[in-house]
Amino acid sequence: MEHIAIVGLAQTKFERRKRDKTYYDLVYEVAKAALEDSGLTLSDVDNVVTVSNDFLDGRTISSMAVGEAAGGSDKNISTVEGDGSFGALYGAMRVLSGFRASLIVVHSKGSEGNMRYVTNAMFDPIYHRPLGIESIAASALQANAYMQKYGLSEEDFALISVKNHGNALHNPYAHLPMTITVDEVMRSQKLADPLKLLDCSPISDGAAAIIIADKSTALKSAKKPVWIKGIGHCCEDYFLGDRDLASSKALYAAALKAYEMAHITDPLKEIDVAEVYDAFSYMEPLWLEGLGLCPSGRGVELTRRGFTAMDGDLPVNPSGGVLSAHAILVAGLVRIIECALQLRGEGGDRQVDGARRALAHGVNGPCGQSHCVWILEKD
Amino acid sequence: MAKRVAIVGIGQTHHRSHRPDVNGRELIYEAVTRALEDCELSIRDIDAIVIGNMDHFESINCVDTWSVEGSGAFMKPIMKINTGGTTGTSVAIAAYYHVAAGLFERVLAIGWEKNSESDTTGAIITCSDPVWDRFSYSGAIPSLATEATGYLKRSGATQEDAARVAVRDRTHALNNPYAHLRKPITVQDVMQSPMLAYPIKLLDVCPRSDGACAVVFAAEEAAQKIARKSAWIAAASVRHSLTWFADVDFDGGLLSLQRASREAYMKAGIKSPADDIDVAELYLPYSYAGLKWIEDLGFCPVGKAPEFIWSGATDMGGKIPMNPSGGVISTNCIGATGLLRVAEAALQVMGKAGDRQVPDAVNAMATGFGGCFWSDVIILSSRKPS
Amino acid sequence: MNIIDSSSELLIGTFEKAMPYEWSVGIYGSRFFQEIRQNRRFIGIRCPKCGRVYAPPRRLCGPCFEELSELVPLSDTGILVAYTIVNYPFQDPNTGKQRPIPYTYGYIKLDGADSIFSHIINELNPSRIKVGMRVKAIFKDENDMEGNIQDIKYFEPVD
Repeated sequence: MEHIAIVGLAQTKFERRKRDKTYYDLVYEVAKAALEDSGLTLSDVDNVVTVSNDFLDGRTISSMAVGEAAGGSDKNISTVEGDGSFGALYGAMRVLSGFRASLIVVHSKGSEGNMRYVTNAMFDPIYHRPLGIESIAASALQANAYMQKYGLSEEDFALISVKNHGNALHNPYAHLPMTITVDEVMRSQKLADPLKLLDCSPISDGAAAIIIADKSTALKSAKKPVWIKGIGHCCEDYFLGDRDLASSKALYAAALKAYEMAHITDPLKEIDVAEVYDAFSYMEPLWLEGLGLCPSGRGVELTRRGFTAMDGDLPVNPSGGVLSAHAILVAGLVRIIECALQLRGEGGDRQVDGARRALAHGVNGPCGQSHCVWILEKD
Repeated sequence: MAKRVAIVGIGQTHHRSHRPDVNGRELIYEAVTRALEDCELSIRDIDAIVIGNMDHFESINCVDTWSVEGSGAFMKPIMKINTGGTTGTSVAIAAYYHVAAGLFERVLAIGWEKNSESDTTGAIITCSDPVWDRFSYSGAIPSLATEATGYLKRSGATQEDAARVAVRDRTHALNNPYAHLRKPITVQDVMQSPMLAYPIKLLDVCPRSDGACAVVFAAEEAAQKIARKSAWIAAASVRHSLTWFADVDFDGGLLSLQRASREAYMKAGIKSPADDIDVAELYLPYSYAGLKWIEDLGFCPVGKAPEFIWSGATDMGGKIPMNPSGGVISTNCIGATGLLRVAEAALQVMGKAGDRQVPDAVNAMATGFGGCFWSDVIILSSRKPS
Repeated sequence: MNIIDSSSELLIGTFEKAMPYEWSVGIYGSRFFQEIRQNRRFIGIRCPKCGRVYAPPRRLCGPCFEELSELVPLSDTGILVAYTIVNYPFQDPNTGKQRPIPYTYGYIKLDGADSIFSHIINELNPSRIKVGMRVKAIFKDENDMEGNIQDIKYFEPVD
């Protein structure tokens, strides 16, 4: 793959409700901030990819709301409807195909719609939707399947909530930085067995943007480029009942592709920091297994042993992860942004020392049906 | 640098107003299997998939992950592109970039829509801004009608001139076994059809169709092994310039189409569109577009479109046949419609267009339209780009 | 046993549910509605780079990618630049019921502004509507205003 890099990035603070901001406002703010961060001007950017979702925005052709705010007035522009990591992948493809720089912007305001209806709409309209299933109930099914298969406990998962909300204390953008204990997680309100309130991510409002550039544009940007070494994406079956919810073969396939492109043969050793899509506490260990970082069923041990803690061998979600800030669609791009910050040495209080190679991960569809894995490297 | 990419196979369903015999996944499956058969590949040969439709028509969220059984995306990379009416062409362009980036060798582009499952007008109304526009906006037809009233006043063109465009497209559809509407009409029929939103009458405008289309894009080496004659992508340009319907200049041309086509012509080395392009599949959702927008594309001078149309220049056998497939006025399954323009243009260049073939077609153009007066332009050629 | 035989039926699944949303109007839009309530007139905003005045005011000039701040008071009149008479029935997604037809949907260039405003024109006779004619906004009573686009009842031709 030719040399392409992330040269600019920006994210909003994630919070419950941004009453005073429209999607247009959020998109403009991060587009402008990403440009400033990169030291490039809008004329250096020759194409734009926006990322949004019609159900979330309550608007068919949701991209219409933000085209000019993303600087797309007289440029080649397109829209991916899915997680920000997939949108960024499309932006990367366009740079690999000859554009000088892609600006990718994602937004969502979970506060403006009803998340139950929005996520219920992902499920099959004939067989499943009328049952009222939505993302929390579906994820609870997956958590149960995972626990059953490997004899895991709710306490095992609670450890991830404690770790990640605690990490978020050092992330000024996070929605829910919190010092909590396993006990508090266990006593939090049960939403859908075994998932309790503190096992679940919040729904946040926010936006994020990155600029991906070709080598010559990267070399003239203000910051040290963060090189994109590998990207893989893959999707598995649709019906929950067709899948082995306790494993994620699609993630494994996506990860293998990314590792191969990046010439990684031993991910556990060669990756210094990872940001994975932990929309629910049980997802972090499940995805670590899918990433090939440990054998199946042993993901929780990585947490128990402190392997994935800030001072561990492979810190996972130093930002606090999706558990601490979850603007739908945006969260996948934020994983990439947080990794880029780490590699630039701009991680502030959440910096992982000496991070040279990072892994970012985003998810589409219910219970992690489709995954996108990125490998980034420092200059 | 961009790898060279060609279209090597296409498949589409027989488009109809209503397909109660299939659900959405099954409809997609029909188009996908036909595309694979067309280029003698199996789904195993496909490296990645790009899919598009308009969400609120079928009210399905996350269509990429929902589609797996029908799209063949099981254990494959897939992403969804959604840009309103331009979705079909945006999907084609995304598939092109998947291959041009050097990341994938054979990519399947899918566009589909089951309009019969939706309240189309209600869904389209929700494309307008909820605070400013949704109260008065009543769907695609009236917003196009406002463009038409502006054009009629400025150009002196008549309703009959527009009707002749509809008659052309509907006549061409008789050669296309896949088209939805396959009954011939006359200018008089159009003039006598019910007025929906002045000056657009029922026969001036596209139908609502259930249908799907799939197109296989391949990298140069793979393309040469798969297809005897491929359709090379010479240029792809997009301008989704406007964010508010309020910014449309009703006194001017279609800005996005002017800009996108200028860029595409430059990339493809087209100097004089009417001479250098052999056939055009244009996204004309209504008849007046067939006058106004061909001026914007530079096929004829501004103000000369009615003359150009009546001269037969855009009919089969004319200087620049337009919409040999019957176009959007004969078939409109929105998510697929833009992709159908690309597919039909590819068939022309590949020499596989059967009864609707324009002889010796070397360069073909496909356009997409939708959203807030947005345009996509794609130029295909049987000649490999240098 | 064949899937398709004489006893085959084709079923349809239906879904009719309201999906609620609460959209932020934002600082710029909110100001526009405030001005209508307080002063029964429109305001626009000017781009310092290209000079275009947008009404309703918005944060950016798209082509210049410039943030705007100079508000421009306008009146309550304008010119009709395009229109159509909507004559087919459809369900209004805002109410779930059929929107009353026929109605005239128009684009108005407010005096002093360069962008276009869309709203209802209170005239159904096509012979009395012309592109280029002057129109005036008719507002609701202040007490009935809710801070949305319907605080403008419609635009009327000005003789």
